[in-house]
Amino acid sequence: MNPFRATSRHVGEHVAEWSIRIVASFSIIVIFLIFIFVFREAMGLFAGPKEAAEAVTQVPADDLRPEVYNPDVMSLEERLAAEAAAAESQDVYNPDAVLAQEPAASNEQDVYNPDAVLAQEPAASNEQEVYNPEVELGTPAPTTSVATPETPAAELADRSLWDKLTGSVWQPVSEIPKYGMVPLFIGTAKTTIVAILIGAPLGILAALYTAFFASRRLRNIVKPAIELLAGFPSVVIGFFCLSIIATYLQDLLGTTFRLNALVGGIGLSITVIPLVYSIAEEALSSVPRSLREASLALGSTEWQTAYRVMLPAAAPGVFAAVLLGVGRAFGETMIALMATGNAPLASWSILEPARTFAATIGSEMGEVVWGSEHYGILFLIGSMLFVVSFGLNAITELYVKQRLIKRFQGK
Amino acid sequence: MAKETPIKARTVDFSFYYGSKQALYNISIPMHQHRVTAFIGPSGCGKSTFLRSINRMNDLIDGTRHTGLMEVDGTDVYSPEVDVTTLRRRVGMVFQKSTPFPKSIYENITYGLSLTQNKPKSELDGIVESCLRRAALWDEVKDRLHHSALGLSGGQQQRLCIARAVSINPEILLMDEPCSALDPISTGKVEELITELKDAYTIVLVTHNMQQAARVSDYTGFFLMGRLIEFDRTRTIFTSPAQKETEDYITGRFG
Ligand SMILES: Nc1ncnc2c1ncn2[C@@H]1O[C@H](COP(=O)(O)OP(=O)(O)OP(=O)(O)O)[C@@H](O)[C@H]1O
Ligand SMILES: [Mg+2]
Repeated sequence: MNPFRATSRHVGEHVAEWSIRIVASFSIIVIFLIFIFVFREAMGLFAGPKEAAEAVTQVPADDLRPEVYNPDVMSLEERLAAEAAAAESQDVYNPDAVLAQEPAASNEQDVYNPDAVLAQEPAASNEQEVYNPEVELGTPAPTTSVATPETPAAELADRSLWDKLTGSVWQPVSEIPKYGMVPLFIGTAKTTIVAILIGAPLGILAALYTAFFASRRLRNIVKPAIELLAGFPSVVIGFFCLSIIATYLQDLLGTTFRLNALVGGIGLSITVIPLVYSIAEEALSSVPRSLREASLALGSTEWQTAYRVMLPAAAPGVFAAVLLGVGRAFGETMIALMATGNAPLASWSILEPARTFAATIGSEMGEVVWGSEHYGILFLIGSMLFVVSFGLNAITELYVKQRLIKRFQGK
Repeated sequence: MAKETPIKARTVDFSFYYGSKQALYNISIPMHQHRVTAFIGPSGCGKSTFLRSINRMNDLIDGTRHTGLMEVDGTDVYSPEVDVTTLRRRVGMVFQKSTPFPKSIYENITYGLSLTQNKPKSELDGIVESCLRRAALWDEVKDRLHHSALGLSGGQQQRLCIARAVSINPEILLMDEPCSALDPISTGKVEELITELKDAYTIVLVTHNMQQAARVSDYTGFFLMGRLIEFDRTRTIFTSPAQKETEDYITGRFG
């Protein structure tokens, strides 16, 4: 007779305990897999230069691109024109088309000769008027086109700005630029939500696991490893998502779009996990040890203690971790740029591409005309990003820390 | 002195190690049912280590091990078939520092019960009241049961921890210096409580307060440097100790 055998009700608890162990170890394994894959991808990048160099030397001699983009021989205007033309029409890359459009360059040799390009300035500026939408961006044409002579200009400008920003089409580079931010908002919201829904639970479970379940030796391996992931260049993670996760997910789900908000959200969650993990872990291990002992001394299991005592006690800190995770996902640019498909669609489906606010700045700031309306709007988005992440950080700093202090010192 | 009661728990040749450091040397002690067994001794002599070995709280510390026997109801608590959570439910513990959970007073009491069973609220209400009454805390907190337990004074918190420990109806109650952070009035209340509780439980008490040991305990063990120097009925220890060290210690000549 064993007077200390486990009570029958205990079986359910064992199941629960084992499932948390499995989920927690699974999250650790996932993190390690990500880590290993990312590292492998990174190794691929390091091994890459030789192939890349070969690729460059294999560029056909008759490719026009080096000439067109050569900054030394072209004026800024011409470069803009050329880039815009390149963006609008692939024809520029085709020597024949260029020849067709530019009778002046009848001699093919002239096109290859940088001096000749300079000499052909008039022809180039003609082309600019036809193809370059950014010239129109430079002038406040859209405002005047909507304006009617009777309305006071200022009031109209205000209203139309608001109307413009709340429109459902983001098309800043076009004949009539459209600056509707709704697609950007939707894109940001859905990728951030996916990132948090994946990243926060994994980060918190991993934190619970290393704080209370893992042996000291395991903790000493896992903790630095996850924190190392936080320092990983986001461009590598973006590349990893774009090349590997996107493919696997498409095979798995059979999605129409290879890059979509789900892939982007998963990519963002990779940066969210270590952040949530390290803050949640800190919050959990700052809960007095004596609470854990008190709970265990009442005959609770490790997981009951973790779940019912430690997690609630650390709730403000865990909440802070999630908030900062949101801020991270919200502001992350590179991964959002690379893995979401980056198309400003006003669709809530996570299997369709998305474009986030941050990615919009990242992808458009380089080409925008300085001082244009588009330029101003990108900066407006930038300010918004700043305000939101400042707000999230302020909330965690001021509110959450106060709560934590209160919680352990009474009222 | 009352007649001998059955032995509820006992150790035989129990030694304990923190890593390579030995903290307890061949301890053999009986702990009698419905009696208060007190342990005294200078700081660092291993009293807490001994207490925490009974409900296996030392398992939480990496690199600890033991030799010898630690029996409760005739079963070695370190044997593989013992379920440690069941053991701890039957061997409750009150810590030196009060450790209320950052929850309401009510939830502090019901936590232990809720781990194993879902009792209806009406029944829980009754249990909360009776536990708080036993810990002489009911009158002070009955109007704020749903306020945070952290709003209580230190003495009230310690009595809450005692109420919490008795809520799951353990058979043995381990108390590690339960009064060291309390004022004399709270100490008096806790001592009264111990005397009342021993009718229902087997109490093992660690204290630095010689008068307290003399007042509330039936048996006393004197520890020194990890060894049990003397164990006997409290009256014997305090009136005619067999060992010189014991006499020196209780008369305040060292320690
Ligand atoms: N976690 C630990 N790791 C290593 N050594 C420990 C640990 N806890 C206690 N010890 C050592 O074991 C010995 C006994 O400690 P213990 O806490 O049992 O003493 P104590 O009699 O309860 O003292 P006090 O009266 O001050 O509470 C001491 O030498 C102490 O340094
Ligand atoms: Mg002690």
